[in-house]
Amino acid sequence: MLILARRIGESIMVGDQVEISVVDIKGDQVKLGIKAPSQVKVYRREVYAAIQDENRAAAAASPQTLPSLDELIPKQSDPGKSST
Amino acid sequence: MKVRTKAYGEIEIEDTQRIRFPRGLFGFEDLQDFVLLDATQQPFYWLQSVDRVEVAFVLMDPKFFRPDYTPDVDPAELEEIGIAGPDELLVFCIVTIPAAGQRMTANLQGPLILNRRTHVARQSISTDPRWGVRHGVLEEMAQARQKAPQDAPESSC
Repeated sequence: MLILARRIGESIMVGDQVEISVVDIKGDQVKLGIKAPSQVKVYRREVYAAIQDENRAAAAASPQTLPSLDELIPKQSDPGKSST
Repeated sequence: MKVRTKAYGEIEIEDTQRIRFPRGLFGFEDLQDFVLLDATQQPFYWLQSVDRVEVAFVLMDPKFFRPDYTPDVDPAELEEIGIAGPDELLVFCIVTIPAAGQRMTANLQGPLILNRRTHVARQSISTDPRWGVRHGVLEEMAQARQKAPQDAPESSC
C-alpha cells in the first residue's frame, strides 16, 4: 500500500481525474474532499461491506420460508408484473 | 442444460434463462454463472448459482413495493453490461427472507442490473441516501398503497 503524508489543504490525485484533499483534521477524524467525474462512484467502505453481508444473508434463503403473493397482499389486486 | 437448484432440485433449463455476472455478486465474486427462474410464489424469482447449489437468491422487481424506486446506475455500469437502450435494462433487488416469522427485507442499495438482450448482469451500488440494504417489503408496500389508493402506476424497469 502506498502511504503519503498530507497536511490540511493538500491533496492527492488518483489518475488524472480524481482528487482527494484533506479538508480538516479533528482528533482521530479526518474530513476528506473528493472531486471525481460523476460516473465514478464514491462511497464509504462500510456500504460495500454491508452489501456483501446482506448478500450472504440473502443467499441462505430457504425455499420453505418464501411467502406467496396472497400473504403479501391481503386484498388481491394485480399490480401488473413485468417479467423477462 | 440440467442445473441443480436449491428450490426445485435438478431441473432442465433453457439457455435463455442463463445469466452471466462477469464480476460475480459482492461477497460471491467467484460465481459468474446463474440461472433466473420464476418462483412458484409470485412476485419472486430465484437467481440460482450454476456452480454452487446452496447459493440462490430470491429476487423481485423493486417497483413492486416501491413504485418510486429509481436506481442511480451510472453510464459506466450500463456500458459494462452492454446496455444500448433503456428497454434493455432490467432491475431486480435481492430479498432477504429470514427464518419464519421475521420481517422480509429487500436490498435497494445493491440492485442487480441485467441486460435482457445479452443476459449479462452486475450488482450495482446506489449512492442515493434514500436506499438502504434492508427495506421492509410489507411495510413499505402498505405505505405506497396508502399514498396512492388507486393501483400503483404500471412501469417496467
